[in-house]
Parts: sequence; C-alpha cells; structure tokens
Amino acid sequence: MAETTFLLNGETVTVTGEPPTRTLLDWLRERRGLTGTKEGCNEGDCGACTVIVLDGAGAQRRAAAVNACITFLPQLHGRAVRTVEGIAAPDGRLHPVQQALIDHHGSQCGFCTPGIVASLVAAGLRRDRAFDDVLAGNLCRCTGYAPIVRAAEAVDPAFVPDWIDDVPPEVAPAAFAPETAEALAAWYLANPDATLVAGATDVGLWVTKALRDLPKVAFLNRCADLRRVEEGAEGLRIGAGVTIEELRALMAPRQPSFAELLRRFGSAQVRASATIGGNIANGSPIGDGPPALIALGATLHLRRGEARRTIPLEAFFLDYGRQDRQPGEFVEAVTVPAAAGELRCYKLSKRFDQDISAVCGCFLIRVEDGVVTGARIAFGGMAGIPKRAARVEAALLGRPWTLATVEAALPAFAEDFTPISDMRASAGYRMEAARGMLLRAFHESRGTPVSVLEVAP
Amino acid sequence: MSVHQPLPHDAAALHVTGRARYIDDIPVPANTLHLAFGLSSVAAGRWTAMDLSAVRAAPGVVAVLTAADLPHANDVSPAPAFHEEMLSSGEVHYLGMPLFLVVAESHLAARRAARLARVSYEERAPVLTIDEALAADWRFEEGPRIWETGDAEAAIAAAPRVVAGRIEIGGQEHFYLEGQAALALPQEGGDMVVHASSQHPTEIQHKVAEALGVPMHAVRVEVRRMGGGFGGKESQGNALAVACAVAARATGRPCKMRYDRDDDMMITGKRHDFRIDYRVGITPEGRILGIVFEQFCRCGWSLDLSLPVADRAMLHADNAYHLPAARIVSHRLRTNTQSATAFRGFGGPQGMLGIERVMDHIAHALGRDPLEVRRLNFYRPAAARAGGPSAPPAPSARPPESISDRMKEPEAEATPDLAWHGAEGGAVPQAAARTPPTVGATDAQTTPYGQPVEDFVLHELVAELARTSDYAARRDAVRAWNAASPILKKGIALTPVKFGISFTLTHLNQAGALVHVYQDGSIHMNHGGTEMGQGLFRKVAQVAAAAFGVDVSAVKITATDTAKVPNTSATAASSGSDLNGMAVKAACEAIRERMAAHLAARHQADPASVVFEGGRVRVAGADYSFAEVAHDAWANRVSLSATGFYRTPKIVWDRIRGRGRPFYYFAYGAAVTEVVIDTLTGENRILRADILHDCGASLNPAIDIGQIEGGYVQGAGWLTTEELVWDAKGRLRTHAPSTYKIPACSDRPRVFNVALWPGENREETIYRSKAVGEPPLMLGISALMALSDAVAACGDGTVYPALDAPATPERVLAAVRRVRGAA
Repeated sequence: MAETTFLLNGETVTVTGEPPTRTLLDWLRERRGLTGTKEGCNEGDCGACTVIVLDGAGAQRRAAAVNACITFLPQLHGRAVRTVEGIAAPDGRLHPVQQALIDHHGSQCGFCTPGIVASLVAAGLRRDRAFDDVLAGNLCRCTGYAPIVRAAEAVDPAFVPDWIDDVPPEVAPAAFAPETAEALAAWYLANPDATLVAGATDVGLWVTKALRDLPKVAFLNRCADLRRVEEGAEGLRIGAGVTIEELRALMAPRQPSFAELLRRFGSAQVRASATIGGNIANGSPIGDGPPALIALGATLHLRRGEARRTIPLEAFFLDYGRQDRQPGEFVEAVTVPAAAGELRCYKLSKRFDQDISAVCGCFLIRVEDGVVTGARIAFGGMAGIPKRAARVEAALLGRPWTLATVEAALPAFAEDFTPISDMRASAGYRMEAARGMLLRAFHESRGTPVSVLEVAP
Repeated sequence: MSVHQPLPHDAAALHVTGRARYIDDIPVPANTLHLAFGLSSVAAGRWTAMDLSAVRAAPGVVAVLTAADLPHANDVSPAPAFHEEMLSSGEVHYLGMPLFLVVAESHLAARRAARLARVSYEERAPVLTIDEALAADWRFEEGPRIWETGDAEAAIAAAPRVVAGRIEIGGQEHFYLEGQAALALPQEGGDMVVHASSQHPTEIQHKVAEALGVPMHAVRVEVRRMGGGFGGKESQGNALAVACAVAARATGRPCKMRYDRDDDMMITGKRHDFRIDYRVGITPEGRILGIVFEQFCRCGWSLDLSLPVADRAMLHADNAYHLPAARIVSHRLRTNTQSATAFRGFGGPQGMLGIERVMDHIAHALGRDPLEVRRLNFYRPAAARAGGPSAPPAPSARPPESISDRMKEPEAEATPDLAWHGAEGGAVPQAAARTPPTVGATDAQTTPYGQPVEDFVLHELVAELARTSDYAARRDAVRAWNAASPILKKGIALTPVKFGISFTLTHLNQAGALVHVYQDGSIHMNHGGTEMGQGLFRKVAQVAAAAFGVDVSAVKITATDTAKVPNTSATAASSGSDLNGMAVKAACEAIRERMAAHLAARHQADPASVVFEGGRVRVAGADYSFAEVAHDAWANRVSLSATGFYRTPKIVWDRIRGRGRPFYYFAYGAAVTEVVIDTLTGENRILRADILHDCGASLNPAIDIGQIEGGYVQGAGWLTTEELVWDAKGRLRTHAPSTYKIPACSDRPRVFNVALWPGENREETIYRSKAVGEPPLMLGISALMALSDAVAACGDGTVYPALDAPATPERVLAAVRRVRGAA
C-alpha cells in the first residue's frame, strides 16, 4: 500500500490505500467516476481504455497513448495523465480532434471513440501523423476506420492545445519504485521472489486475466539508468528499460528492417510501455525482439546484486518457460554489435498490426564475392524458445548465394525445428512459412519485390 | 427538410467527450452487487457434483446461485420451441456453459470467486464439427429443409458442362466493443427495472418476467444505446438480464453484470459457420441451367435463432442470379459449442458466398472473366416503368400473392398516396433519367422461392461501378503486373449484392412509436428501435422533424423503453429505420393533423392547407411559430400525444415450403476489390475497394456511407483475418482480441471509394429509403473473390484455387500450393 502521486487532467492527485496492482482503468472508473475511458478487453488489445500519459516538460515532454487497463497506478508516479474527460478546453471548447470526429462521422457506437480521441490527441502532441500506426491499437468494429482517418487528417497539424500544458509533479522516491539500477539490484537481491514490472504489458494480464495476486512487486520505470543507451566500440548498449518505441527509433537508421518489425510490435500503446528488457526477460517463444537481436549477435547483461555477467542472448533461453536467470538476477541491458550486415526481419501473423507472430524470422546473411561467409538466422514461433536455425545456417555457409543453395538448404529447417500447431498456425504451415521466409530473404537480396505492404494500389 | 441530410450521429458530441453512457457507466446505488458466471470446463456430459464452498467463502461474495435456486423459469431461449437453460441443471452442452452465478460486492470479487468451484463431471465425447454432427445425425428439425424449383438434377444431367465443389466458411465473433452488460434495479412491489445492452428490450422484458414469475407489466426495460451489437445482442443478453433480475430479487439490492471479454467470447454465440457443397450445370458460356446446393449449418448447442438464419442462407443462395432449376438443401446441425446466433446478414452472407463461389468457379472452369459470368446470370433487368426501375410500382405490378394478403391487411394497403406518382422524389432524382432496358413488368423473373425480382438494378449499377472503378483496364493491369512479379500476385474481383429486406418471420415486421409535443413546442420521440451505433435514432429524429417541419434539434431522442412502446421487435434484419421511421411518422402525422385541424378551424381554412415548414406554421396568411401553435393547441385541449404503428405490407411467406414473398423489397450494391498476395507465406492485403450501393433515397447519406464502409470492412474481416479455432476438447482457443483478429486501422483498403446509387425505393418505404444495416457486409465477399483471383494467377489455370474462408495467410498459401500442383 504505497503512495502514488500524479497529475490527472491537470490536477495533482495522491492515491493511497490501493493495492499496487490496481489498474488505472479500474481506479478511474470505480474510484474517480471517470467513466469516459472504457473497458473493451482488459488485456491491452483493443484500445478502448487509451489515455494520454505525459512525461517530462517543455522540449523534453513525451506524450504517449497508453492502455489504462494494463497500467498499474504506481507506474504513474511522477507522471501526468489525461483522460477523455480532460481533453476539451476548460471552457468546453472541443479539441479539434473531437470536432473533426463529429464532422467526419468518425463515431458510430461510440464505445471505442474515447480511446481514439486519446490516441489522436497524444499523436498530435508528438507531431505524429502516421495514423495507421497511431491507431493500430484502437479497434473499431463499426466504421471501418475510413472516417476516423479522414477526421485525423483534417486536423491542423500545427495545432497545440494550450490547455494541455501538464507539468508532471515532482515526487519523492517511492519504496516500490527504485530510482536506480543500483537500488533495484540491492532490493531484488533481498527480495528474489518479487515480480519486476517494467511496462506491465504482459504482467498486466497476469492480474487482469489470470487474476493472480502479486504480493511483492517493484516498478522499474523510474530507474533512469536502465533507460540509458550508449554507443561504444562493442556496439550499442541498450538499457533494459528502453521502450520498444525508443528501440524502434534507435534501429530506424541502423537496421531499417528491424525497425519495421518493431513498427508492427504490439501497438503504439504497447510499444510506449513495453521494454526490451521485459521482452527478453519474459522468455516468450513468440516475442519479436529476441529473434532479431539473436540474429544480430546481441549479448545480454545480467546483474545480481553487484555481480554482473554477459552472455550471448541466445544462451539465455534454455527451454520453454525457462531462462538462464538466477533468483535475484535481472536483465540490465543488451548490447547490439556494430552491424555486420543488413538484417532482414519477417513477421507473419493473421493481421499485420498488433498481432502476435505465428512465425518471426530474422536473417543476417553476409555474402562476399557471391559466397555466403556469415549466416545468423533466428526464429520465433518455431520452437519453445527463440532459436537459431543452426542447420540451415550451416547449409548456406561457404556456398554461393544462389537460389539453388537456398533451395538445397530448405530441408534443413526440419532438422532445426519441430513447431507446434495452435490457434495461430498449424505446424506444417509454420514450417512452410519459415522456408518461405528464407526464400524471401534471397529474393529480396536480389531486388525482387517481396512485401505486400510495399505494393501500391 | 431534415430527411436526406448528412447530419452527424445523434450522440457524436457525447461520444468524443466520453459522456455517452453505456450500461457500466450508469451511476448506481452504493449497495449495487456485481455478478459473474462460473463456467463449465467440459463440452459435453453432466456435472455430477459442484463444491461451491470456496466460492461462497471468497472475499466479497454475497450469494451463489445454482439452477436449483432459481425461483421460476431457468430459460433464456429466444425460441419458444427450445428450452435453453441459463444455469445448467445437470446436462452440460458446451465448454463455457454457465453452471452457477456468483453475486459479489465487486466485479473483480465475483470473477475471482467464480474460478474457485470444484466441479465433477461425467464427460461425454463432444460433437464439435459438421462431420461429427452428421455422423451422429444430431440436428434441429426432423431432417434437412429442402426447397426446390424446377428439376435441378435433370437440368444438371442434361447440361453441357458441370462444375462442382465445396466451400468451408468460418464463423465470426461479433466483437462489439462494449461487451454484454445488464443492470437490474429492484422496485417496490416486486417490480424490476432493467437497463440492458440489448437489441431486443421486449425479449429481455419477457425473459425477466418469466424468470421472476411476474407479468410483463412488472418489468420495465430501458436501452439508451449499445456499444455495438451486430446481431450479437439480439438474444445473447438474455442471460445477463435474467441473472441480474433474479439476483436482485434474491438480495433486494441492485445487481449489475458485465462479461469480461474472455467470458463474453467463451459464453456467447457467433456467426454460424457453414459448409456448402455445390453442383451446377451450365451452358458453354457459363449460364446456369440447374444447381444443387447442400448447406451444412453449424448451429451450436441451442436452437436460438438458427432456423431463420439457415432459412435466410437458403433465401440468398441465388444472390443476384436467376436459377432456373434449383434444389437447396439445408442441414441445421447441433454441436457442443456456443450456440451460433444472429450476426449482421443473418445467414444471408453465407448463402450468398455459396453462389459467388460458384460464379468464380464457373469462370475459372471456362477461362472467362468472372464478371462476364456474373452478368450473364443476372436476373432480368427491372421492368421499364415511367420513372425508371426505382419508381413506385403501378398497382397492376403487385405480385399475385399480395392480393389475398391485401384483403386481410386493409390498413397496410391503404390508398396509395397519389402524390408519389410522378413526383420529383427525394434528394437524388437522377434515377429517373436512367433508361433501363424495356422489359414488361410481367416478365420479372422469380427467385427460387417464387418472389418476382421486380426492382433489379444491378445491370445498371454494376455497369456504372465497372466504369467508375475502371474495372476492365485494372483487370488488364493486374494481369500485366503479375506477369512481371514472380513472388507477389495481385487479384481483382467485382461481386454484387442483392439482399432481401424484411424479417422472414412475418409477424415481426411491425413497429410502434410514441410521440409527445409539449406546450413549448419541443418534441419527445420514442419508438421500439434500439441504437447500437447505426444511427437509427438520428434518422428517425429526422423523420419526426420533417413531419413537423421543425429543426431536428427540436426533437428529443429518448431511450428505448418497454413502458413507452410495448411488444417491439428486435432491432435486427436491417429493419430499424424502415419500421420505426414509419411508426414515428404515423404518430407525428396524427398530432400534426390535430394541430392543423385546430388551427384551420380558427382560420376557417382547410386543414390540408396548413403548412408546417422551417419551424413555422402557416395558414390562411397567418404565420406562427411551431411553439405558438403547440401552446395554443394545448390551451384549447387538443391532445398532443400520439402513438404510431406500422406493419410491412405485401409479405406472405411459407417457410416450410419455401414459397411466397418473404421480402418487401431488395437492397442492392456491388464492390470491386483489388488485393495482393505473397506466394511464399500467403500474406495478403486489400489494396483498393470501390463500392456503389443502393440505399434508395437515403435518409441520411453520411450515416449510410458509414454503414457501407463499416459493413465492407467487417465483411472482409470475416473472410480474411477473423478465424475462430476450437480445440479437440471443444475449447474455443480464440477468445480474446489477442488471438481473434478483427480488422485494424491499416487493414481498411488504402483506396476506398464509396458512392450511393442514385435512386428511390420503388416500394413505399420511409421517404423511399432502403435498409442499409446488413447488405453492405456482403460487399466484403469481393475481397475473398479477389484473393481467389490472385491465387489463380499462380497456376496455369487447370486447378481451381477453392479458397476457403477465412482466407488467412495459411489458407492462401495452401491454395497457392494447390494451384501449383504442390499440395
């Protein structure tokens, strides 16, 4: 029962007496009577509960759309929140996004609308006009989205709502939210049974869906040093607390295909909260970060108290649900080596945006004088862990980079993987698609168009 | 006039500010309790013991109810012929079936406690699939329903060419953004007020009254709005409302229930999945001579609305095509899964997809452009009449069936308003300028069920769409593009929609309204339709405002309320504005006539000469505000309140024989979709869609375009990304948006052109508009056919893609391999 202080629609509020896993959504609706923010799925997939979370001030201000249903109150300590009730001007004048949605018939049943308003207003504060990405996490079942996008495009991009000038409150450190990795390390060593919560985009579901009690938790989002990014001789060292959205920006100039993969990671709401450390530490076989990072040859920095160790990322994943992590040990950072070539990432899912990969394949293939001199290929969704395709790599290495070589390597997939059938894909299809991805990597390297996303109408 | 104007949704300003109240947003008394069901973890068998001690002992639990604790009816079925237990009294019919009801101090406490039961089962092997149901001969009705016209088998036997195949069509989760929810507030004397997120308040009232053992007058149900319905709130909300009412009666406290999303998807029904087998005899050009359809409809465990759904699938087996000889067989199969239920189109989309698949298959077999084959088989063009195909019918054009009917229904067949004949019409009079081919009215071809197709506009509509979408040139361009693209392939398809408008259960085609004019001239409007986002309230308010010649802001839109308008039909079958618009118009006109008579008497004028326009009332040179006239009428003891009633004329229908006129009229439309697929993974994408749709003289073009855009995307989602997966135990594995994928923003067509066909309904509907709720969903069929075209481009033309739905990347890749002979 800790104290959380944040700005809510311009007013400072201090919450006490709530369990640390109280979600922002339940608190808004049940305690504050702010019922404009809706519950659509309670798992961060529909966006009806989207609110705006602001960090920093002035030029440093960051405005993010966040799913309130899987955001725990302590994550808001020292931040500012705007709900749909706090978006119109105090005198009742509508924000231009709201007016445009009316004028362009952007609401029908209206249940998704508050979340859409929040996403678009947050995007406006960021000057982000990529509306397909801005709204990928806001499902609408009525409109087919066309009038919503028309409304979004009709809003003056230069508009700044002077009434949304939130400056997050200065707050004292909270016991459950260490401010440094140092403090976290000490606390976690003493409390190895605790649950570490970074973005809560997965842990949130343990609470809202599995109805688990999390008696002991620590929130990491105030550990500033975990968000640090350093470029050195060994490559780019990325703190575990760097969000997926921040990672995407880091990768855009370095590995555009990885950045494109991350564009399709969750949704804007999820990427703003989720961290790369969480994506790795979680150990999911279908997380999209690890296959790309493994293909890039990333190393993982683990810390337990003052003890630190560094391992190849792929060595972290031992078996389904089991990682090489000791009690009290946590992921501190990941280092991506200076690029050894152009990574190609392919994410396959039923829906392009905000869907979990059936198969995610990442290829780093070095070709010199027409011969494959390096191959790091890693897949998600093909095994109980994110895993390298060692036999496929071997079948390519030292051979000419030709269609014949690639086709000859295809049978090796069956030696590397025995995928499962589930609701996302059958085992047979996973295998076919994985092979198809290697073929795609080859054809793409030859300049043949291979992406349906790049075809113009 | 307020009708035909593109006004925004009535609650748009509330939506964007978060002030629109849904069930869970209604302020409730502090002592309100919250409910959750405990669910079966097996799909078939009996529960033999239920240890609920841990549930009762859980924090915040006030009561736990089982079937034995229910004081009266334990039946939430919308079908009188079927007993659908709300709580299992022993038999377990599907995995997810409610077994007990937790009543707790909070939503979370109820959900937590519901998981603590220890239930023992005597399990049986569940019947899950169409094949398993056929093997067990487990079905509704005594056997398959069969409708025939002509001798299809003989026609096929004699045909120069025969094409046969099968399509599997997946179901669809509604995914209304607001989950099912209800709130019951106990009143004095045992009465109950229920707020429900329901398309069918009268059904809620009926089921709650039965469950409480009280007459319907003791239950009042109010529905202000739903956060989406799509058919999923026609019957599936019964259980929540009944649970709330029973728990409220038991505890004396208000009770609220809303399903968590996963519970919602595990408990409630979805669109019926279908298998359709077809055999068609054709001429060398592709004209159908005879066809046999065998439709296998998976209904799930309870009857619910499955019979009319399966009927409507049969009724749309022709879509836009004349079938000279047809045999349509429909199996209504039972399975141990969620009871499939109403979903936008109500079986029509599945039936229509069957014949569209046939058209695609014929074209492939003959190596022709599918559009040519479609046009070749179209019904004969609409009869030439003064005013064109959309003009009102001459009295002689009435179908024979309606003559006897007419004698039975004098009000419905009231003297035609002669003003309509040769009138200018609504906002879009251009239709009159079109010259349809001249064919006599008596030449109208009939559907397989015997209804003449008298208003067929698809020849002209499709020609216009082909022109505006540049179909022919783009088809060539797609071919050229494919020739140069080894990995990616494009496809394009144009498919039409002809959708029958009316409830096929004829007595449901009625509606009531209640309108008050207050002494200050403000207007209170109520009717039996419910608002689920489709803009019904706005449209009907436009009708009321038009009747009084006032601005639409003078009309107060109020929540649907069983105490104001009784015995309402579900807001379903696209009928909302047709039925309720007419009922409201009748009520408004009754009041207006009284006002006019009063005013005319004062001015010694003819009541018919009184003009209500622009918020003014003019008579004999005098000019009053509407408010002045209202006040004056009140002061002179003129009643300013009236009910209105409407029942749809002309419809007579025998569903067992499959003969008659089930539909008042047809709504039409067509879409061209262009897609691209990846032949290495099956990934696919809609690139562009062009739509031309017939809303008659649209009551509100903005709302109608919204229905069309949204319907198309929802239909395309059904056929592409939306896949329901049950495992071998009968557990639905896709029970949340993490695993069940409705279209997201970027899935809409990048280029999306939607236009309204300029025309009027030839039938006397409300301001000559046409229903628009369901028909556009089926425009999405063009997406599946375009994918089929793209897959076909991967082969040499010898193997038909036979692409099933939903066309996930997995199914597309399988089809690509099939046409390449690699399967």
